[in-house]
Amino acid sequence: MKNICFYFEIHQPLRLRRYRFFEIGQDHYYFDDFQTEDRIRGMVEQAYLPAIRTIAEMIRSSNGKFKCSFSISGVAMEQLEQYAPEVIDGFRDLAKTGSVEFLAEPYAHSLASVYNRSEFEQQVKLHSKKIEALFEKKPTVFRNSELIYSDEIGEIVSALGFKTMLIEEVKYVMGWKSPNFVYNHSYIPKLKLLVRNNKLSDDIAFRFSDHSWSDFPLSAEKFIRWISELPKSDPVVNLWMGFEAFGFYQRAESGIFEFLKALPYHAMEQGHSFALPSEITKKFDSVDSLTSPYPNSWSGEKDLSVWNGNDLQQEALNKLYAVSERVHLCKDAPLKNDWLKLQTTDNFRYMSHFDAFGTHYTSPYEAFTNYMNVLADFLDRVDAQYPTTIENEELNELLKTIISQENEIATLEEELKKARARKKKEE
Amino acid sequence: MKALMFGWEFPPHILGGLGTASYGLTRGMSEQPDMEITFVIPKPHGDEDQSFLKIIGACNVPVVWKENSWEHVNNRIGKIMHPDEYFWLRNGIKYDFRRIYTNDLGCIGFSGKYPDNLIEEISNYEAVASVLAHQLDFDVIHSHDWLTYPAGRFAKQISGKPLVIHVHATDFDRSRGKVNPTVYKIEKDGMDAADHIITVSDLTRRTVIEKYHQHPNKVTTVHNAVEPLPDVDSFVKTPRKDKIVTFLGRITMQKGPEYFVEAAARVLSKTKNVRFVMAGSGDMMNAMIDLAAKRGIADRFHFPGFLRGRDVNEMLAQSDVYIMPSVSEPFGISPLEAMQVGTPSIISYQSGCAEILTHVVKTDYWDIDAMADAIYGIVTYPAMYKSMKELGLEEVNNIKWYDAGLKVRAIYDKVIRKH
Repeated sequence: MKNICFYFEIHQPLRLRRYRFFEIGQDHYYFDDFQTEDRIRGMVEQAYLPAIRTIAEMIRSSNGKFKCSFSISGVAMEQLEQYAPEVIDGFRDLAKTGSVEFLAEPYAHSLASVYNRSEFEQQVKLHSKKIEALFEKKPTVFRNSELIYSDEIGEIVSALGFKTMLIEEVKYVMGWKSPNFVYNHSYIPKLKLLVRNNKLSDDIAFRFSDHSWSDFPLSAEKFIRWISELPKSDPVVNLWMGFEAFGFYQRAESGIFEFLKALPYHAMEQGHSFALPSEITKKFDSVDSLTSPYPNSWSGEKDLSVWNGNDLQQEALNKLYAVSERVHLCKDAPLKNDWLKLQTTDNFRYMSHFDAFGTHYTSPYEAFTNYMNVLADFLDRVDAQYPTTIENEELNELLKTIISQENEIATLEEELKKARARKKKEE
Repeated sequence: MKALMFGWEFPPHILGGLGTASYGLTRGMSEQPDMEITFVIPKPHGDEDQSFLKIIGACNVPVVWKENSWEHVNNRIGKIMHPDEYFWLRNGIKYDFRRIYTNDLGCIGFSGKYPDNLIEEISNYEAVASVLAHQLDFDVIHSHDWLTYPAGRFAKQISGKPLVIHVHATDFDRSRGKVNPTVYKIEKDGMDAADHIITVSDLTRRTVIEKYHQHPNKVTTVHNAVEPLPDVDSFVKTPRKDKIVTFLGRITMQKGPEYFVEAAARVLSKTKNVRFVMAGSGDMMNAMIDLAAKRGIADRFHFPGFLRGRDVNEMLAQSDVYIMPSVSEPFGISPLEAMQVGTPSIISYQSGCAEILTHVVKTDYWDIDAMADAIYGIVTYPAMYKSMKELGLEEVNNIKWYDAGLKVRAIYDKVIRKH
């Protein structure tokens, strides 16, 4: 018997509008709302809505035995709220069934986990807050944007209070180990790691309607049989993919929704069950630790090269994260909002020479100039509040002073309170 | 495999891109061990590089039988052609060309340029082709550009050997659509007679198919390449306070110079440390000087005039950006030359070379906003400059004439098999 763990990722980038250099300092609006709306509406109608309906039906017809989890980026939630509130309602209904779990991730679907720790922590908190506000459930399991993971990131995540994290099946981390077990962080044993089953996940996400694939056509019975044929000792099968696999990459005409609907029946017939990531970590002990000194991800070469592999991308990322301390000091809401959106990984992926997945630019150079023009304007705005003439170190010193003063004030206030309470008692 | 090629220019005495392309292609083809090329040009200067092919000057080929002594011939043309060859070629005169004015050797005087009586020179070239077709031994005829199509056609008629014509440009490119009917007729007749047509880009291929009504199966694109610069390391960019953006070419309607001036005005409205250079000459030069003055950027806009030889590479190497906003460019070799010396290029989608280059910025020729944005990006963001410089260099060094030569060879083999 296996525990099948489904998790679906939902993320859509906000597209930057064509921003010419002569607009720097003149116009502070960076986004192409028409394109964003057009894309999200297309995605909702083709994929998200029918898929949510299918999953709701699966939960109903299996009496809540079918379970799956979602990770929705903050950027995507904002878009859905604005352009497709019916999807949010759909997720709310799913949340009420109790068979669905929402995962935590950085709000902006960003590389902050690699570039700036405090930014990363803030984004995770912001995202958890947003999930709680929308679905009334506090996430307990963490998955990073693009499943980026390294020992260092695991450490931060653990410090944030998460006990489970999802990672990609990467050869140099796993070696001969099977992804179908629960593992733990290399030196923090209480952080459990779940590993994506590459082959079976991609069979659904990418190969389902591929006529040249030797296993085409894929039926639910056949797919569950593959799971049954796995070694008896393997307790978990992690099937994680982008939610747009249902209806967008695999069109409705390919029969993907019927495939999905038939899964619970065949799974139960062959004695398998479905489980949420949080249940799995409670149920199973870790069998071993995994060491990952360098960040890896689930895209491209399973490293970070599709986002920071060339000079253009590095320049853009360095310029962006160089101002994070200053932005943290800002109180200006529109500025902070733009700051988040500019961190979305897609912006950097469009600058890749080899793998500019989903790009709307004609070349990486165009993507770069457009982004840098936007960034130049953004940096000007930051500069207007906290001039770059002040060195970062100086700023940090000031910050430290402020923070320590704040702490001092807090402790003093605490003391004062106690003293007053004591005084009252004595009276 | 023996090829008889008709051309119009050959380095070092060149007027446009045709000569450069002819040289590169023949040089690349000569690397095939069994390739023998005889290249005919109207007027050789004697200093052409003949190490890899044989050059015949049309002005030294007799078309009218004249009795001359060996010594006289040696005195007259011995520097360029062996007298024995003259006498041997003389045996190839089979038609009466006494209507054409010839000199004491029975040869026609060619200018080898683009004179006013160009049409006459083209038909005289045909007469020379008839002599060569009778006397030389070859497997295929290859005509470069419309000036030599009639010659190629005539040679095919006489020898019965297949004809390949190489379209380096069409009159639609040169005239922005207002074609000269005489030129069009010469081009169309040449294409109709050809066994196969080679175009330098898919853009030109489309023109040949759509405007000259050729069957698509008969037209193949062989993109141009670029000869490696032997002294590439001698061009060193001197550090400057101001960035330099360069346009280099004939200042004519076809090259879109006005879009460059407009883009420059936009860039200068935002940033000051950029200078713009428009090198070259042409009928729109004065209009461009006026336009630059009208936009109030004349202090940052420079016209150094026509450059040649090493000065061209030097200018490109000193630039931070090279821009070619051509309205219609069959191929356009200059961006590749700029990339060779490490200068990032901006080119229009309407240029043939856009089809094979990736590490350049491409815009529409009329999109001055995009052009200005690209210029600004390259001069402002060091990563962009560095990326385009390094990756562009790598890219251009992999575009080789040898590979283009192999494609041409495959076409030769095909037409000969069919014949």
